[in-house]
Amino acid sequence: MSEQNLSPVFAARGLVKRYGHVTALDGTDFELYPREILAVIGDNGAGKSTLIKVLSGAIIPDEGQILLNGQQVRFHSPIDARRQGIETVYQDLAVAPALNIMENIFLGRELRRPGLLGSLFHMLDKRRMLKDTVRYMQDLKIGIRSMNQRVETLSGGQRQGVAVARSAAFASHVVIMDEPTAALGVKESHMVVELIKQVRDRGLPVILISHNMPQVFEVADRIHIQRLGRRAGVVKPSDISMSDVVAIMTGAMTVPGEKIAR
Amino acid sequence: MSNVIAQERPEASPPLSLRSRITQILSLPAVGPLLALLIASAFFTWRTDKFLTGHNLSLIVQQVVVVGTLAIGQTLIILTAGIDLSNGMVMALGSVIMTSFAVDYGMNPIVAIVIGLLVTTAFGLLNGTLITLVRLPPFIVTLGTLNIAFAVTRIYTTTTITDLPPSIIALGKTFALGKTAITYGSILMLILFLAIWFVLRETAWGRHLYAVGNNPEATRLAGISTTRLLIGVYALAGFIYGVAGLLLVARTGVGDPQAGQTSNLDSITAVVLGGTSLFGGRGTILGTLVGALIVGVFRNGLQLIGIPSIYQVLITGILVILAVSVDQLSHKGQA
Repeated sequence: MSEQNLSPVFAARGLVKRYGHVTALDGTDFELYPREILAVIGDNGAGKSTLIKVLSGAIIPDEGQILLNGQQVRFHSPIDARRQGIETVYQDLAVAPALNIMENIFLGRELRRPGLLGSLFHMLDKRRMLKDTVRYMQDLKIGIRSMNQRVETLSGGQRQGVAVARSAAFASHVVIMDEPTAALGVKESHMVVELIKQVRDRGLPVILISHNMPQVFEVADRIHIQRLGRRAGVVKPSDISMSDVVAIMTGAMTVPGEKIAR
Repeated sequence: MSNVIAQERPEASPPLSLRSRITQILSLPAVGPLLALLIASAFFTWRTDKFLTGHNLSLIVQQVVVVGTLAIGQTLIILTAGIDLSNGMVMALGSVIMTSFAVDYGMNPIVAIVIGLLVTTAFGLLNGTLITLVRLPPFIVTLGTLNIAFAVTRIYTTTTITDLPPSIIALGKTFALGKTAITYGSILMLILFLAIWFVLRETAWGRHLYAVGNNPEATRLAGISTTRLLIGVYALAGFIYGVAGLLLVARTGVGDPQAGQTSNLDSITAVVLGGTSLFGGRGTILGTLVGALIVGVFRNGLQLIGIPSIYQVLITGILVILAVSVDQLSHKGQA
């Protein structure tokens, strides 16, 4: 690991979340380093989705801290997390199908025209938004002909491409992808995986939640294994076999050697 | 559509073939209604010389002014995937307050109008608040406020308010355009249509309105306060119903507590005929103007060629089913 990668971009210490008698998170730690894809995996009930919801601001933990670039932060809502540079891509294609690509990319962050037209009449600067949209899509090598196309005319993979482009364009620190390929076919999933790599290669660290083990092994730099509300360990796909990871996930095996791979 | 995303090079403005241009134009939401309007107008022009005259066209617009204005508010609400059954009754209440305060209490007509507008806006605010904060379905909420507004109007007065001061019916006055007399009310309705068209098309608020009707969850996740947005939409609609009330007073010259009893369905008819989807998120405000005019043209034209007006109702019914079928079928092809 190089010098600049020593401190995590995004981290959590001792996260606890209880629902009545059920403890979903039982002191989970978490670290995400610059320029990496960190996969988060875990069996049902391991606290994987609770962890992700805490990191994306959808759930407020009972205990523990969240650190963004070493500074403690508190998120009260996903919008709060977004404002601090953490964007989330959801599995269920969170786009408005009847709006076009440009309108979806800029939904809630529209640009207004300069001068009176913008300040007095609140008029949108469609030309500038169109230009930026083309650039965002080109950055990720997503080839769609017209940005004025309604999102409903796109395939599932292309729609997810729009969602990924939006998060990559506006995230200043972290992109969280919550099962981004769960609703897609094999070929389309593959394209989204390529997009995830593009996002990392352009300098943004990615947290990837996935059930798809071959996909995790293909794309992840490190794998965070969640078990019984805690982090069972972090492994590198190059150091371990898929079956051993599944064994750790289910508790049949513990993490060999150093528990937290770097 | 190709399955491969990293295939074509992105361009801002792709060259389109003539055929795809034509398909694109035909798939625009208001083109079907506009064709229906033009065909109906051509038919009546062919059957009678009295149809295509400045006087008659001005009359048609005057006849649709009240329902057309109500339908502006209704369109905004239907675009958010809501519905408003209360609008006719809220309008009646507004018009009774405006006229009664001016006549019975001798209030300055302008003040009376402002109070009327405030009351209709408050009803919109009430609808929006119950729908968003108490999370009740729009159909039920507005069914309730329909009854409340009706009852309040009838408790307040059952007699028609007459002898109105001139300033309260000023919008019914006309000006001459060539030889044709046009009411100021018609112009006000058209200005409202254009203003809302601009807002829906060119402002973020307008685009959010479509987004919330299309996918409320995605809209919320995009950081937009859907509660504030929806309350704003219902309040604005309420204000527009107040304007419709003022136009009604100007057109009839009285304050009528019996008015507006079928206006809710008439305004929904105009919206649907105009190609706006009852599922929300799709449609245009100018389509609604066309939808209102379709009803007006049939009523006027059939009367001119001596066919009983009940046939206008029959045709409207058929057109509504046709319009909703097109909407439903165009949804089927989409994921």
